[in-house]
Parts: sequence; structure tokens; C-alpha cells
Amino acid sequence: MGLNEKPLSTLHEKASYDLADFDVPTGREEAWRFTPLSRLKGLHSGKAEATGQLVVQAFTPSGVSAEWVGREDPRIGRAYVPADRVSAQAYNAFEKALVITVPKEATPDGHITVELRGGGADGASYGHIVVVVEPLAEAVVVIEHQGSAVYADNIEFVVGDGASLKVVSLQDWEDDAVHVSHHHAQLAKDATFRSFVVTLGGDLVRLSPSVSYTGPGGDADLAGVYFVDAGQHLEHRLLVDHSQPHCKSNVDYRGALQGEDAHAVWIGDVIIRVEAEGTDTYELNRNLILTDGARADSVPNLEILTGEVAGAGHASTSGRLDDEHIFYLQARGIPFDEARRLVIRGFLGQLIERIEIEEIRERVMSAVEAELAR
Amino acid sequence: MSTLEIRDLQVAVEDKEILRGVNLTVRSGETHAIMGPNGSGKSTLAYAIAGHPKYTITGGQVLLDGVDLLELSVDERARAGLFLAMQYPVEVPGVSVSNFLRSAVTAVRGEAPKLREFAKDLKNGMDALSIDAAFAQRNLNEGFSGGEKKRHEILQLELLKPKIAVLDETDSGLDVDALRVVSEGINRFRASGDTGVLLITHYTRILRYVKPDFVHVFAGGRIVEEGGPELADKLESEGYEQYTKATA
Repeated sequence: MGLNEKPLSTLHEKASYDLADFDVPTGREEAWRFTPLSRLKGLHSGKAEATGQLVVQAFTPSGVSAEWVGREDPRIGRAYVPADRVSAQAYNAFEKALVITVPKEATPDGHITVELRGGGADGASYGHIVVVVEPLAEAVVVIEHQGSAVYADNIEFVVGDGASLKVVSLQDWEDDAVHVSHHHAQLAKDATFRSFVVTLGGDLVRLSPSVSYTGPGGDADLAGVYFVDAGQHLEHRLLVDHSQPHCKSNVDYRGALQGEDAHAVWIGDVIIRVEAEGTDTYELNRNLILTDGARADSVPNLEILTGEVAGAGHASTSGRLDDEHIFYLQARGIPFDEARRLVIRGFLGQLIERIEIEEIRERVMSAVEAELAR
Repeated sequence: MSTLEIRDLQVAVEDKEILRGVNLTVRSGETHAIMGPNGSGKSTLAYAIAGHPKYTITGGQVLLDGVDLLELSVDERARAGLFLAMQYPVEVPGVSVSNFLRSAVTAVRGEAPKLREFAKDLKNGMDALSIDAAFAQRNLNEGFSGGEKKRHEILQLELLKPKIAVLDETDSGLDVDALRVVSEGINRFRASGDTGVLLITHYTRILRYVKPDFVHVFAGGRIVEEGGPELADKLESEGYEQYTKATA
């Protein structure tokens, strides 16, 4: 490598709108080695025909627009280029895209809700959503996935100069749902992005939130909570690509697993490129394994290509309930089951309490309670 | 009137014998001090009675009003009226003090306390122990100083009102002010009703604030000498040396 050549990242270099640029995964690829391809219902192989019943509805406060547009709309694909086979499949298969726009300097009263309700896991559905938050505007988006579906989609969050976007994405699918999704946020100068992902339902959910920066001063916070029951495969693949100076990112994902063949996968990739001086980043994944037969794979990757970082770190822990915690609570008369619930609720609740919208926070907490009661 | 009766208790940790036949009876209204050098098995006695999974009972009985505690789970023992104030209370992330205390009080009383009554009891209890009101919203023992942890243990003691309280080195790591506050809490508890206290300590200092009726010297996993408060004075001047030599 000569002095004039910049080192390149080895992570996520491939991106294309063209499906033909991606081979059908075999499971041996790094990006697919954890995902049980046989349960994808053909989303990865081109065999999943778009005959599914998925209804998407947007509810917007005044001042925010929501439009259904055709594939040729210039706002589609500007911030995000598909990075894997299923993403490219979704990009090439959706019919209409939902474009939500929060105008410049707008601070809408109330949050935007996008409801996706699947009507069955027989046929597949493909989708595309673009959320544009124009400069200095502030918005909150709640995305709710419910019902049953085989669904692949891409969501682009375009956050303008000095703008702020908070997103809560709730994957509360029925037991047989299959969902493969990319959430990409592009942050302009001084933009703030807060993502909170909650994945509880579905047979297989593979969600890949990613962040890129187009100007300095961007600040991204990606939090996630998941609860994996017997037989479920819940996978989260994070990518934060620091290509601009003086940006921040923080990733904190926590999950609890219980039951035979409950499988959680967390991949946390952070790239700090040569030009991203003064980057401050931290990523954390913690798994609480409640029973035998459950498995958590947790792989943080931090790739630093510059010598000038403000802070960079990662941590990953997977463990069982702490006997000392349980003993302490039981020694105060609290029965084992309740002690266990208190500890798990505390573990996930520390993150959940960061959701600012009370109504959503309570919904997430009660959804977790329902999981604990199973 | 309650009685805790420890009969020939033998306890091992990972196949290593720690307690070699402990006999001790604590009746309500009585305060017993167990004193002994480090490693004599004092804390093992406390944790074994409470049912910590690390300790294996290899023989003997622990009866609370005739019920063998060793047959009960940890939480059942607590609900039967046993309390252990721990030497090193653990931090439990994400569980608030108020939520924890309400759960504990509900479990021990068998019904949820009325919210207003509970809030009042909690506030009074915290005031008496000079615990800041903001404390209730903090996570259990997380970031608490040594003194805060011990005051919080005594707060639980006063709220849960057990029949028999085992206090494991509650005085360790406390400065004089905190020791006084904690001792006053223990004395309020003693005065509040028919309760017995088993106070485990390495130092005689706390016994100037909490007067014991009986003093037991622990060495080599058993009680080697018993007496009244005067035994503590003897230990104060002579130390444990004679006992450690005898069991070595």
C-alpha cells in the first residue's frame, strides 16, 4: 500500500441496485452464516412471489406529508444502496414506495405512525419507505409490524442538516412471520438520529440498521431490545460507517432468550474511515440466556482506519441470570419466578425507559411483560 | 414469641467442611452476638441459615418455631420470618429500590400494602436512617456507598419486621456516624416487638451501641466460648489469639 492510498474497509464494500450483482446466498457467506436460509421462504432466492397480503398505513400529524409514489420517484434510493441479496430483491420488487416528508424547520405536534399488518404468511410482500426530515426539522416515527407475513423491505431515513429524527420500530409479528429488513439512516451535518428497535415476534426476523454520515457533527444512537422464545431466530446486524469527522455513534442492544432453539444473532460493525477524525463511538450487546437450548451469537467488529479518534470501544456479554441477584431478592421473600422477572425486566427496562414517548414505552414494557409471562 | 434453634449444624463449601456442629438458640427479645476472627465460619453460618446455594448442609437442623428452615427455599425462609442483613449486598441493575421494597413487603406480608401506607412507612423509615428521598428511585444497591448499602439493609429490616434477624457484619466498613445511625435502626427494630437478633461481628465497637444479652465466640467452625456482655470486653482487651491458637 503506497502512501497515497487510503486503506479500505473490509466490511460491507458491496452495494448495488442490481439484483444480478448478488449471488443467491448459500449460507457459507460471512453475511449469511448465522441465518437459517431454509426458513426465509425464498426471499433470498427469488422464489418468493409477491402475492402476500400486507397492508401499510401511515398516520401523520399536520404539516407532515405521506405519499405513495411509483418506482421512478427520484427520492427513492438516494440515501441507501442495497447491500445484500434480500435487500436488492426487495428493492427490485416493490411496486409503490411510501415517502414521508417533514418540511424544513417543522416540529410536528405528535408522532408519525406507520402500521404494517400482515394478512398471512402464504405469499411474500416487498416494500420501500423513505422518511425525509428536512433541515432543522424534528420528527418522531413509530413503525409497527404486526400480523403474519413474509416480508422484505428497505427503509431510508434522510436526516437533513441540524435535523432530528427519532424512530421506534416494533417487530411484534405473529409466530410464523418472516421479515428481512434494512433501515438506513443518512445523517447530514449536525443531524441527530435515535433508533429504538424492539423485536419480539416472528419465526425469523433479520433486521439490519445502518448509519452513514454526509457531514460532520452527526450523532446516532441505536438501541434495541429483543426477546427470543423457543424456535425463534432474531437477528440484528448493525453497521455504522463513520466517513465524516467529528461524528458520534452509540449502539446498545440487549436481549433475553428462553426455550429450545431460541437463537439471537447480533452483529455490530463500526467502520471509522481515514477522513473520520474525532469520531466517538461505542457499541454494546448483552444477552441474558434464561434456559438451556438457547443460543446467542454476538460479534462486534470495530475497524479503525484513522489514528485520530476521540473514543472507540465495544463490548459484548452473554450470560445467565446472576445467582447472587436472585438470592438477594429471594432472601427478601420474593419467590423465584418473580425474582427472575424483576431481574430480566430490570435488564431490559434500563434501555426501554429511554423511549421518550410514554405510550410507546408502556406498550413495549407490557409486550415484554407478556413475553416474561409465557 | 419466636425461637430460632440451630442444632448441630454442619456446612461445607465445595467439599470443604466449614461449620463443624453449631448449636445456638435465639429467642425473641434476645440479642446474641457472634464474634470471631476472619475465616472462622461466621458468615457461613449466616448464609447457610438463609439458604445461599453455595453452601451445602451436611448435617443438623435449623428450626424456626419448630419448622426446619433447611427444608424450605430461600424465599420461603424469608416469608417464615427470617431476615439476613448481608455483608455485601449485591447490585441489581434496573430494579429500583422502591419497586424492590414493595415486592418484598408484598411477598412477606402475603398481600400488597396500601400504596399510601407503604409510601408513608417508606418515608418514615428512610428519614429515620437519614436516607435521601431520591434513593427510592435509584437502582438497587447500584453505586451505593458502603454506608448507604448497610443503611438500606436496615431499612429493609424495619419494613419487613422479621421474627429473627441475622445481621452479618453490618458494622463493617462504617464510619462512626453511619454506625450510630445503623445501630439506632437495629435498636428500634429490637424495641418494636417480639424479635430476636443474631449479630455477627468481627469488632466489639458495635456492641457499645447494640447491647448483646449473650456473646458467643466462634472459631474453627464452631462456638468455642459463651458468656454475657462481659465476654465482649474480654475480647476487646485480649483479642482472638487464644482461640485461633487453640483451633489451629
